[in-house]
Order: sequence, then C-alpha cells, then structure tokens
Amino acid sequence: MEKDWKTMTAEERLAQRLDGYVNTPGFEFASPEAEALYRERATIIRDAFELKVPARVPVFPSEGFFPTLNAGMSMKDMMYDYEGVAKALLAYINEYQPDAWFGALSLVPGRCFDILDYKVYDWPGQKLADHLVYQMKEDEYVKASEYGALAADPSGFFLRTYLPRVFGALEPLAKMPLLPSIQEMPMTPTALIPFGMPDVQEAFKRLMEAGNEAVRWIQVMGGLGAQVRALGCTDWAGGAAKAPFDAIGDTLRGTSGMMMDMYRNADALIEACDRFVPLMVEMAVGAANQTGVPLIFMPLHKGADGFMSNRQFEKFYWPSLKKVMLGIAEEGCIPVMFAEGGYNQRLEIIADFPKGKCIWWFDQTDMKRAKEVLGDVACIAGNVSTALMTAGTPDEVKAYCKELIETAGKDGAFILTNGCGIDHAKPANVKAMMEAGLEYGRYR
Amino acid sequence: MSQELIAAFVEIREEDVRRITAELLESGADPMAVLEAGREALEIIGQRFEAGQAFVPELIMAGEIMGEITALVKPKLEQTASAEALGKVLVGTVEGDIHDIGKDVVVFMLDANGFEVIDLGVDVTPQTFVDKVKEVKPDVVALSGLLTLAYQSMKDTVEAIKEAGLRDQVKIMIGGAPVDEHVRVFSGADAWGKDAMEAVAFAKQWTGGQK
Repeated sequence: MEKDWKTMTAEERLAQRLDGYVNTPGFEFASPEAEALYRERATIIRDAFELKVPARVPVFPSEGFFPTLNAGMSMKDMMYDYEGVAKALLAYINEYQPDAWFGALSLVPGRCFDILDYKVYDWPGQKLADHLVYQMKEDEYVKASEYGALAADPSGFFLRTYLPRVFGALEPLAKMPLLPSIQEMPMTPTALIPFGMPDVQEAFKRLMEAGNEAVRWIQVMGGLGAQVRALGCTDWAGGAAKAPFDAIGDTLRGTSGMMMDMYRNADALIEACDRFVPLMVEMAVGAANQTGVPLIFMPLHKGADGFMSNRQFEKFYWPSLKKVMLGIAEEGCIPVMFAEGGYNQRLEIIADFPKGKCIWWFDQTDMKRAKEVLGDVACIAGNVSTALMTAGTPDEVKAYCKELIETAGKDGAFILTNGCGIDHAKPANVKAMMEAGLEYGRYR
Repeated sequence: MSQELIAAFVEIREEDVRRITAELLESGADPMAVLEAGREALEIIGQRFEAGQAFVPELIMAGEIMGEITALVKPKLEQTASAEALGKVLVGTVEGDIHDIGKDVVVFMLDANGFEVIDLGVDVTPQTFVDKVKEVKPDVVALSGLLTLAYQSMKDTVEAIKEAGLRDQVKIMIGGAPVDEHVRVFSGADAWGKDAMEAVAFAKQWTGGQK
C-alpha cells in the first residue's frame, strides 16, 4: 500500500479495491485464456457498477443450490460432503460459463451446527428430510424487554444471553463474566472462575470442535474459490452484511416481535438498529479484506413491499440501513443490495443515495421503473424469475432476458441475473439465460 | 362508545383499546356488541390492507388487540353465537416449507372477510391435506409456499387430492412469493394469487359469496 489507508479518501480506497478485484495481483490462472476472460468479466462488472456502458451486459445466474442439485446431490449432501460440493460447483462453472458466481456463503457445513445444537434452523441430516433445504425457525429468541441490554453491549449480550439460547451446546456461556470486569489484579481472579467450571469448559470444547470443522470446510471452499477464479470466473460476493432492522428482526426478535415493536417499543427498536450500524460495517469490511473482493452481499428482508408502509420504512428500516451502506462505501467497498420480493414502493426512497456507490439487485421489482428511478444513481441487477427458470421454456426465458436487456440494460449499468437462487431450474433454461446475455447483451 | 373503540382499534392505539373495552364492559355494555365492534375494526383494517393503507405490522397488531379484547370479554360471555360463514377454506404451507407469514396474512384476510378458516400450519404433507379435506369438507383448499421446493409439494398435494377422488369437491388455489401462472400450470391448481386479496377474491368467486 503506497498511501496510508486511514488518510485515503473513499474514492481512493474504492479505486484500490477495484484494482485488486480486476487485476488480481499475484494470482495464477489456469491459462492465459482464462486470465483474459477473468479480466474481461471483472471489467464489465466494474463498468456496470460505475454506471458506464460496458462492452457487454454481465450475465450469470444466482446459482443457489442448482449446481449441487444438478450433480445429483441431496440438500444433506450439500451440507456434509464438502468435496462433493466443490466438484459440483466446478462442473457447473465449466458447463455454464457464468461471468460470476455467488461463492460458498450459502453452502454451509452441517456438522458445525450439529456439534453446537443450533436452534434457529432446521436442516437436512438433522430434523429435515435429506432433500429439503435448511430453513429458519422464527421465534422471539430475544424479548422486547431486553432491548436495553442488547443496545448497551451487543457483544456481551450475544456472548452471555443470545448464544446460550440459540446453541444448546453453549448454554453454559450464560455464566461468562462481564469481560470489562477484568481490571487490575484484585478484580481478575473472580472473573476467571467461570472458565474453570466443567460445563463451561465443555462448551468451549464444543466450540473448538465446531471451529475445527469450519476450518476443514473453509479449506475446501477456499480451494474451490481459487479454482473457480483460475478458470476465469469472478466473485459476486466478497462479504456479507445485513440491514440492522433485519439483523435484529430475523434471528433475534422474529417478524411478529419486530412488527409489534414498531408500535410498542419504537424508540428502543430504533436505538438498537443504530447500535448495529458499526457492527454491520465491520462485518462487511472485515470479510472484504479477507477475500480481496469489495462486493458486499446485503440480503434485505423485512423492508420489502407490503411488509410495512413507506412511512414506517423511512422511520424504522431505511435510516440505519443507509448508514451501513454509507459506512461500507466509505471503506471503498460496494454494497450489493439484494432486494428480495418487490421493492416497487421504495424506489424513490432508496434513490436518495450518492451516485455510483452501490448496486441494487432486484427480485420481483418492475425493472423498467427501477431503471427510470434509479438509473442515474445505481447499477441495477436482476430479475429473471425463479418460477420462469423452473417451470418455463427456454424460449420464454430468452424472450424475457431480451426484454430486460432492452429496457433495464439500456445505456449500460445493468447486470443480467436472477432474483432468488435458481435451485430447481431446468438446465436448458439456465443455458438459455446465458445465451440470451451473450446474444442480446453486446453494446459494442 | 363502541365507535370510539373501533376508531382506536383501527388506528392501533392499543392502550386506548384496552381502556375503552374495560370501560364499556364495566358500564354494562353487551359483551357481544363489544366483540362485534372488534370484528368491525378487523374488517376495516383488512380493507385498509387491501387498499395498501395498512401493512403487516397493523395485521399483527390487530391480531394481538383482538386477542386482548376477546380475553376481556370472555368472562362476561354466556354463550357464543357463531355467525354464518361464507364458506370453508382449508389453508396450509406445503410439505417441506416452514414459512408462515404469508399464510398467516391470507388466514387473517379470509377470516376478516367472513370465511371459516381451518389453518393446518406449516410443512403440511399431502396426506394431511387429503385427510382434512375428507374430515372438514372445505369449499376451497389454499396452498402456500415461499421456497421453490414448494412447487413440487404443491403438485404432489393437488395430485394426492385427485387420487383420493376429492378433486371435484374442492377448488384449489396456490400462493406465495415465488408462485406464478407457470407454477399453477405445473401444480394443477385452479388459480394462483399474488397476494391475500386475490385469495379472498377467488374464495368469494368459488363460494358465490357476496357480502
């Protein structure tokens, strides 16, 4: 690094990160052709993000579990057979030649969760049948009365209250001392006592076991990531973060709890969301520093059309989310806002953001309107429907993609992809989407 | 006073609803009339939801508030008279899918529109749907799903109903975020809806229900 990171402007940081993303210094590709392909692909994605007209429209499916399903693997295999997953993903990349892939984020290691006895999800191999995908079980894991404790010290709350509740094996962590009580010699020994308790030690052993499993998993997935890139495919997600409202709403308070809080505990809810802003920024930027990919995947849930009014969105959801986005951009990273469901009601609100600093990835939003409202502000991506990919014909897929390119892709700043993961799509439809991108997506 | 209750309820002023309900009951108001005021408010909230003026938080709070009113009224109630329902709708999230928010919104809206709703919950197997169709003889079966795996489960459920010889006795509608006409054709359902209002419209159409 020539200039000290702390004194660099956001633009300089972004430029440096994008340079690393496109030019991958020191990385060895499988062949000169693969290297050329990688540079071409990373360049068109960068150009689209920068609101320019790229040489062609970047095109790739949001692969979801399509690669593992298509390789004949069950959802259980996907969570337990790391080598099998890697093989399936490589086969997918070779066969479909997408410009980018989503990465291993959702290809999670089941054993970690078995070891820790995770309560927030059910998964195949545990309670669900082998062919079913892991699913979240919403509940009020955190009570409304606990907002104060959460906001006062999120990390302490997670360690001593939340983790013991959501992981059966970590119940003894409830006995963890208040860490800031470790001060001076006279106050330290009492704080150490919990670490000497057999049940607490057992919890740490289980954490170490789960940690070892996570290391085994990342060794395979990291190797896979390098192999995918060596073939010339770019990464679409270098890290992840959530809207604070969702971070608290999804796995702490649950949808019902969160929606009731909007009426019963409005101030506490807003305060907690604000408290989560720096944590989400740190989570995103830390991952980007590890992966060297500045694109930050941000799955948005409870702010979608119909979930709340625009007034509520502007009061409860958007302010802290916008702060996270700005914080990520300040560090030279790119928030990739995955607006699952529809975002038609919100377009005018989210357009209030600095130009060329994020990507909006839409699922069921009207792309023509999205282009009109957001076209000058952000690159937009999407939105071939999963239903169409699953139950439609290749001709229908191609026609839809063509229309998208002509409207949403007019004058660049557009990436052709799906809404949610294509999981059970017909292979012929995935091919049709890729063909459509290459056939209709050339600007020059 | 019951107009005041309805107004407070519709605006989700929870504390006011509690206070007014207690005052009404203490002053000797007919418990059934209080309950009816609550139902009326629910109906208005349903209409607001339909018009895009109320959203999920209001529906959830409405459910909560109605529960509170019912709890206050119940001790004073001697017998419950059940109103004539427009028709029976059997609702559930299909096998393999455990998402319930969309389904719950549909249940709320059907209920608010005068249907008798039998909610089977989530991850409902085709066999359970078949057994329940035999048991409660609904006019309509509504299948919900959020995940793409629901496509196959919806198809399996429609086929199981068909194999049990019950297909001509019920109308079947499907719904959920990833559902569209392609999925309707694939599953063999009679209709698909993009939201809870369409679910109500189909249910009304099929039961000849005009309120």
